[in-house]
Amino acid sequence: MNEILEGLIAAARLVATLDRDLTEIAARSLQVSVTAVVIASALGMPLGAWLAVNRFRWRRHVIAVMNALMGLPPVVVGLVVYLLLSRSGPFGVFGLLFTPTAMIVAQVIVVTPLVASIAHQAIRELWADYHDLLISIHTTKSQRVRALLWDGRRTLLTAALAGFGRAIGEVGAIMIVGGNIDHATRVLTTAIALETEKGNLALALGLGFVLIALAIAVNILIHTLSRTERASQW
Amino acid sequence: MVGSILPLRLEAAAVRRGGNRLVGPVDLEIAAEGVTIVIGPNGSGKTSLLRLMHGLERAAEGRVRWAVPEAEARTRQAYVFQNPILMRRHVLGNIAYPLLVHGVHRAEARRRAADWAVKVGLGEALERQASSLSGGERQKLALARALIRQPDILFLDEPCANLDGRATREIEAILVAARDAGTRIVMATHDMGQARRLATEVFFLLQGQVHEAASGHGSLGRLATPEARAFLKGDIVE
Ligand SMILES: Nc1ncnc2c1ncn2[C@@H]1O[C@H](COP(=O)(O)OP(=O)(O)OP(=O)(O)O)[C@@H](O)[C@H]1O
Ligand SMILES: [Mg+2]
Repeated sequence: MNEILEGLIAAARLVATLDRDLTEIAARSLQVSVTAVVIASALGMPLGAWLAVNRFRWRRHVIAVMNALMGLPPVVVGLVVYLLLSRSGPFGVFGLLFTPTAMIVAQVIVVTPLVASIAHQAIRELWADYHDLLISIHTTKSQRVRALLWDGRRTLLTAALAGFGRAIGEVGAIMIVGGNIDHATRVLTTAIALETEKGNLALALGLGFVLIALAIAVNILIHTLSRTERASQW
Repeated sequence: MVGSILPLRLEAAAVRRGGNRLVGPVDLEIAAEGVTIVIGPNGSGKTSLLRLMHGLERAAEGRVRWAVPEAEARTRQAYVFQNPILMRRHVLGNIAYPLLVHGVHRAEARRRAADWAVKVGLGEALERQASSLSGGERQKLALARALIRQPDILFLDEPCANLDGRATREIEAILVAARDAGTRIVMATHDMGQARRLATEVFFLLQGQVHEAASGHGSLGRLATPEARAFLKGDIVE
């Protein structure tokens, strides 16, 4: 009980004093996760829509694999990306290991199946509504995908937010590929892990509260923006 | 303007679902001009026949042939569904969509969609979400969206079901104007008054077959088989 109280106080102090280290790692957390989610959405949403609209031989299997990949253990993803990016690995020459870019790569792999699966589910329902109309109007496949993505944008936002939730709270993969280096790759989750290990429970908890507040703030912001989007837009 | 996509010919065409023949085999011709009305009891195959002609159902047997290659014919026809399909957009976006799909520029599409909205009486509702429209307004939206590319042929599946007399007349007026502008009309309806007002040709369907056909003005009254007479009188026909 005492520790939670101390954690709250620590969080309040960190935020109130606009602690330099805190703002830096919080900003990095946001930067890495938002970038990863944007990339994952750009990949996963068209993929989800494409899978809803097209019939082909291995479709069911592809969807099953995509759903299974949602459960991909981040630590394993981190390990694989580590091996790929390490100096002796195939992409070693780019020197990306222990950089925010490596963390983004790992998070894109973790988040894309989640975004694609949720997007696929949402788009499939919309496609059932639109099917006859879009066939009747003689749309091309890519026009169908575009219409579904555009008209389904509100439900797709939910997919993106779910992806963001997974990314911002993720620690296993980015710890391995980022290395939790101070002023370079430290983010909120890896800092919490470190402070816990060092026994600074109040500070760790304080960072935890900041993390939760950040996640909630982003959700509220996005929902507010989407609600104020003018209905007449097209 | 290139030549008409009509006549449309069905040659022993049939629709199958799960081993059952829903419609056919049907032989018929939709000639270049007029208004064809398709009548028949519930489940007789009116919707399936319209969908077959429009290409939404594949001909499991026989053929559906247009006067031009199928790919071209497909782009010059339109369909109004029994339950209007609304896109999650505002009224203008719904009506303009077929134009955008076929390469018309946004500003031009918007302008023409606004014109059509006014024509069908939705001029005050341009920026409203389509989902907020009443049943009659939805049908008018579907009609404007179907007519905006001036199709050679328009299929309508009971466009006035659930509408009151006034809305029905308004929709009929739009159809008459479209007909006069050169759009061939093929419509399924349960409204015999409407059939009488519009038909230059009638197909009476029973159990997936064209049981009887009649053409010319007053064609409804020329249906002569006992089943058709009974149906027109309002008796139950199976
Ligand atoms: N997808 C389907 N699968 C199986 N049977 C179907 C399917 N669609 C229609 N049918 C059947 O085909 C027959 C013809 O249906 P259709 O909808 O064409 O009739 P309809 O004349 O339009 O009827 P209504 O007046 O009720 O609209 C019906 O017996 C119906 O149950
Ligand atoms: Mg029907």
